[in-house]
Amino acid sequence: MNAVARRRAPMPRLALTWFRLGAWLRSPKPCLALAGYALLLGFWYLSVEVFKLPRFAGMPGLTSVFHEWTSRNPTYGISLYIPVYWVHILVSLRRIGIAFLLATALGVPTGLMLGWSRAFKEYVFPLFEILRPIPILAWVPLAIIMLPGSELPVIYLTFLASFFATALNTMLGVRSIDNSYILAAGCLGASSLQTFRHVIIPGALPFIFTGLQISVGVAWFSLVAAEMVSGQFGLGYLINTSYTSVEYPTIVIAMLTLGIVGYLSSAMVRLAGHWLMAWRVPQLVTDGRR
Amino acid sequence: MIELRHVSKSYGPGRFARPVIEDCSFTVEANHFTVMMGPSGSGKSTLIRLVAGFEKPSAGEILVNDRPVTGPGQDRLVVFQESALFPWMTTRENVQYGPRARGELTGTGRARTDFLLEKVGLHAFRERYPAQLSGGMQRRAELARALVNNPAIMILDEPFRGLDALTKKMMIEYYAGLSAESPRTNLFVTTDVDEAIFLANRLLVMSHIPARVREVIEVDLPRPRSFTRILLDGRANALKMAALSLLHEEAMKAFGGGNIPAADFIEAHRRRVAAM
Repeated sequence: MNAVARRRAPMPRLALTWFRLGAWLRSPKPCLALAGYALLLGFWYLSVEVFKLPRFAGMPGLTSVFHEWTSRNPTYGISLYIPVYWVHILVSLRRIGIAFLLATALGVPTGLMLGWSRAFKEYVFPLFEILRPIPILAWVPLAIIMLPGSELPVIYLTFLASFFATALNTMLGVRSIDNSYILAAGCLGASSLQTFRHVIIPGALPFIFTGLQISVGVAWFSLVAAEMVSGQFGLGYLINTSYTSVEYPTIVIAMLTLGIVGYLSSAMVRLAGHWLMAWRVPQLVTDGRR
Repeated sequence: MIELRHVSKSYGPGRFARPVIEDCSFTVEANHFTVMMGPSGSGKSTLIRLVAGFEKPSAGEILVNDRPVTGPGQDRLVVFQESALFPWMTTRENVQYGPRARGELTGTGRARTDFLLEKVGLHAFRERYPAQLSGGMQRRAELARALVNNPAIMILDEPFRGLDALTKKMMIEYYAGLSAESPRTNLFVTTDVDEAIFLANRLLVMSHIPARVREVIEVDLPRPRSFTRILLDGRANALKMAALSLLHEEAMKAFGGGNIPAADFIEAHRRRVAAM
């Protein structure tokens, strides 16, 4: 093996992930990101607490929110030191986890079938197109009537939007596959099951992961909507109760928490995508898109 | 041996049907290098798809070794115009895909994969993904992926299109060398006359759409051939001129389409040819 080939041989996935993390930390990107955060927080601080702009005056300010968030003895009962805060987070995470896994487990196969089988598409897609545009909030009453308890309706609503996003993107992924790959596989002697496993599934993966990114996003969106109407715990529930009992700093704490866990969950999906599609990394690098 | 008998193919429904191939007949001799040339958009790729068995002709029949073509088969391997290497598989996984799909990935199958990777000079690059290979390397990987199955017939649809001129010449010489080592039936499509003369035993010049064989030119130049020798060889140049003027005529039909500036251009071209 010559030296060039050895140096440029594909790295093991874990090493590649660490390498990219290191490269990111050394680049100016983290500083720019921090500057972006600082800008927003600065605007918040100045508009509410320093200049007290007209509509901003009644809002919870930066310092009061952070004071409340990190207080051992919070005025409104929610901070990092209060166990029930963590219960709210865990309950929401559990619902997201169940709904997202369910949506992926059902959505990916449905999407693959929609893209692969013409007959399946003829049956299912028209139905799909009628159900998909119905907003999640419109499903709320039916979900509560149909499903027992308060947990199942919330999970159902969260699942629904994720499922459509995943299935639709997976279908587009299958249709995006260059026909010559399918012809080549057939030419080399692959059966249609083999073509499905070796060409259709890996070929659709980039779109599937785009779908999963969207899916986590809409999952949080519909989760909060569902928790506001039903359930006894969860970040959406926390926002709603804090609103009715006029505990404004708690609302902002819950919102920021949603932002952080939402970001982390989509980062995890992205990481899983990179992990499964190591073959795309060199391609993205040569396209200058990484 | 491949035999086409009065093959026609048209696309589109009923009276909107547009003929792409009309009453096309030719034979591709066993263990010969048959090169098909024609103006772009003349239905060559469609012909290839029919011979490969990806599509069925609207009329006529295609025989491979006296048996009608009913679908794709591993006796006829196709190397496509643009790279059809699976981007999610490494070079080695791509090359051994045929044996793997047929459940033949035994000791000899693996040995043959390694042998071919070595042969096309990609052994050191076997764990790379296609996106990490240069254009020329990708084409060689694709040739290896086809050759590992030891097909009786290779069908190549402009396999070296898009490569830079130097790499292309090297690939042509390389492929000619590979074919000389283990003779097989080759049906090769190109729009490049130099490539055609270099490789062909027989040259099929196709007409403007709908495709038909306009003329068959036997290229009886000695082998092994080299580009320099062909450049200096009077007979090779005469063949090249013959093929080129036929091609030009057909291309002009495609270019013309009845409008006046094009007609003037064609007239000027005729006069130029006549003066030569």
